[in-house]
Amino acid sequence: MNRGLRDFHGGIHPPENKDLSTQVAIETAPIPDKLVLPLQQHVGQQSKALVSEGDYVLKGQLIAAAEGYVSTALHAPTSGVIASIQNASIPHPSGLSGSCIIIESDRKDEWGKRLQPLDYEKVDVSELLKRIREAGIAGLGGAGFPTSVKLNPSAENTIVTLIINAAECEPYITADDMLMRERSEQVIKGIQIIAHMLKPVGCLPVECLIGIEDNKPEAAETLEQTVKQLHLEHEISVVRIPTKYPSGGEKQLIQILTGKEVPNGGIPADVGIVCQNLGTAVAVYKAVALGEPLISRITTLTGRALEHPKNLEVLIGTPIRSLLNHCGLQQIKLNRLIIGGPMMGVTINDLDTPIIKSTNCVLASTSEELPNPTPQQACIRCGMCAEACPASLLPQQLYWYSKTKDFDKALNHNLLDCIECGACTYVCPSHIPLVQYYRFAKGEIRAQEHDHTKSEHAKQRFEARQHRLAEEAAQKEAKRRERSKAAKLRQQKATIPPHNSESESNSEDKAAVIQAALERVKSKKDKTSKLTPEVSNGSAAREEE
Amino acid sequence: MNLLSVSSPHLTRTGGTGDVMLLVILATLPGLTALTYFFGWGNLINVVWATTIAVASEALILKLRGRSLGFYLRDYSAVVTGVLLGLALPPFAPWWLTLVAVSFAIIIAKHLYGGLGNNLFNPAMIGYALVLIAFPVEMTSWIAPRSLASATGEIAPFVDTLNVIFPFHSTTTFDAMTMATPLDAFKHKGDLTAEQVWAAEAVLSAKSWMAWQFVSLGYLIGGAYLLYRKVFTWHAPISMLLTLALISAAFWLYAPNSFASPQLHLLGGATMLAAFFIITDPVTSATSVKGKLIYGGLIGLLIFMIRTWGNYPDAVAFSVLLMNFAAPFIDIYSQPRTYGHKIHK
Ligand code: SF4
Ligand code: SF4
Repeated sequence: MNRGLRDFHGGIHPPENKDLSTQVAIETAPIPDKLVLPLQQHVGQQSKALVSEGDYVLKGQLIAAAEGYVSTALHAPTSGVIASIQNASIPHPSGLSGSCIIIESDRKDEWGKRLQPLDYEKVDVSELLKRIREAGIAGLGGAGFPTSVKLNPSAENTIVTLIINAAECEPYITADDMLMRERSEQVIKGIQIIAHMLKPVGCLPVECLIGIEDNKPEAAETLEQTVKQLHLEHEISVVRIPTKYPSGGEKQLIQILTGKEVPNGGIPADVGIVCQNLGTAVAVYKAVALGEPLISRITTLTGRALEHPKNLEVLIGTPIRSLLNHCGLQQIKLNRLIIGGPMMGVTINDLDTPIIKSTNCVLASTSEELPNPTPQQACIRCGMCAEACPASLLPQQLYWYSKTKDFDKALNHNLLDCIECGACTYVCPSHIPLVQYYRFAKGEIRAQEHDHTKSEHAKQRFEARQHRLAEEAAQKEAKRRERSKAAKLRQQKATIPPHNSESESNSEDKAAVIQAALERVKSKKDKTSKLTPEVSNGSAAREEE
Repeated sequence: MNLLSVSSPHLTRTGGTGDVMLLVILATLPGLTALTYFFGWGNLINVVWATTIAVASEALILKLRGRSLGFYLRDYSAVVTGVLLGLALPPFAPWWLTLVAVSFAIIIAKHLYGGLGNNLFNPAMIGYALVLIAFPVEMTSWIAPRSLASATGEIAPFVDTLNVIFPFHSTTTFDAMTMATPLDAFKHKGDLTAEQVWAAEAVLSAKSWMAWQFVSLGYLIGGAYLLYRKVFTWHAPISMLLTLALISAAFWLYAPNSFASPQLHLLGGATMLAAFFIITDPVTSATSVKGKLIYGGLIGLLIFMIRTWGNYPDAVAFSVLLMNFAAPFIDIYSQPRTYGHKIHK
């Protein structure tokens, strides 16, 4: 279908290297001896383990529950025994380890009780949402945001467009491509379910766009045929977009397909859009129509250190080592091991790191295909980075401010809008690892903010305490005076007749003393700290009370 | 297991800053060829001599700063400064003039500011401005182009030219052949009308004027090539040329007899060299698209103003330096609108 496509600013055309892994059909990876299931595979709160060491679990059995709203459930990908719950390497940029459930598989791959398949048109949307949550689905493309949360937009936002992100703009990765070629029916049916869920009762159906880069003609054609076969031409359009990295960035794809921009600090739902990854749609289909939780996914195993690069259907939790061996890893050639693509992926050192729900690619590269970084030269301010930046930032300025730790200026130049796509680093003739500088600066800013709120809290606590103490002291003082006055009075009573205004002046006294004490606290506070307006307003309000 | 742990992106484009600079050097060839053809060997000798000084000064400073020679020399930025000065200085500029200009450019204007990328001012223009102020006589005596230089239409032989520039063994002079530049001639036209100047001044005669036009054309070709190779974007050069053309045309149409024609402004001096080789120096220019448009446009305006009302016949160096100074401010006020943000106030 032809639509008026918009372009986004910048972008680059790195070598694609996609045909490396599209030569053979998707294969099912062998069941590993041991599966490692991190409790944190998604954005949000860590799941809570429901099993303990020695438990026997069946395939599809719930082993960890969602903890809180933004969290996901976790299921046993195969049958076996819980070997331990311990810390192990997880695919995370920090290179840290995280708490994981380790299952020793019994190789029987025996299913436990499956969930009841649902007919999505007959059941309530809330039922579907519940199912997606039960199935533990988190975005299969990017950061792994819990899908049930995304499909439950707040009532203020009317969703008019559902965008399925099938751009797969990163070089090397072909998982979605192969999924579309081979399982297009599941894809389309999953999309149908999602579109149904987003449609508010009595409203027009949401417009559904599948954005796919035009370097995947076969996949696009297959999808179109399936759409036709299922008679969904009026609901679902397959849109071919020009190949340009990072067209698959959520914001960029939205801009290409609709011309809308997600407002700064907002989410796509603010402009009536929900964006879902293609793989997520398949997971939704399986959960709803087949009653299967998310326990496997398609992952691209690629790179020139592999003899047989290909796409594999792997169980979540499979250690990367077994997959690499399956694909004929040539240890000697391996130089960099990346989870994800070459533009935004994360290097790992531990081959026992598992595949998680969002792992779309494992790239085992040689030093020829991804050479070691060259020493950086001076920034000549050529502006090539600014030309490439999809967020329309000025990377050269951000670099300068990050390097000199001028974080205020960096924030002023919208550092936080950087999506870390790496386009700027890719084009920089001086080989400056710009994104590294931005990560550093963002980390520092976050740390500062954290410290700031912490000290702000401490300050508030301190002030509250001072205030309380002052008040207490004032009250004590007032009481003491009252007592001494009373004593005096008693003495005077013997001589002079009682005075009328006594009690009045008494309370006036008291108020004056409290006021004075408060003033003291206030002036101290003014001297010692520069408060943010809200805080000082707050304390002012307290004083007025 | 010893795998490389680095953060993304893992892929970068090949080709570095050195390659960019080499392209710039390559792109000066048409201009240099035209200069040599019409004005003799002087500029070619200057280019070689200036480059030698530039590289030597750079090496000296790098050594003093304890930097790796090979690594930093390979960005070729010193060579570019040398070549540009070699092109800009008069063909028979004595050796010491070039020495002063180039070494000052590299040592003071570039390295005292912190080296490549940190310099506020365009080093070549600082060097040029210095000698222009200090040695105005040497700097304003250009030579007559081929066909006017001698009765036979030959240019001065190579060895003679060398002897003029490095007068150690002989006392050859080309006094007879020195001649003002077209802009200079027009500037000092006195009470003559434009028409009379064009008729009276040898340098503005058809043949001589053609030589100047060809040199400008050479720079234009080189600039077009750099645009095509995406070494820089069109914004600054086109903005500068357009501004200069429009303003000079406006004044010229208003009073054709007292103001230089747009043609003279565009082709009669260092305009083209400036547009494509000087103001496109990324280090010292504004950085965003909007910024580059403003930067280029203001340089065009300044060139016109200084040429018309200032004391110097050509104004490129001063205009560029003034705007170098303004570039950081332009940057502050010309940030592009970030995705998802409202228009900047
Ligand atoms: S691409 Fe590199 S050298 Fe050019 S301006 Fe950006 S950071 Fe500087
Ligand atoms: S990494 Fe950030 S600054 Fe660099 S191109 Fe991407 S969004 Fe722009």
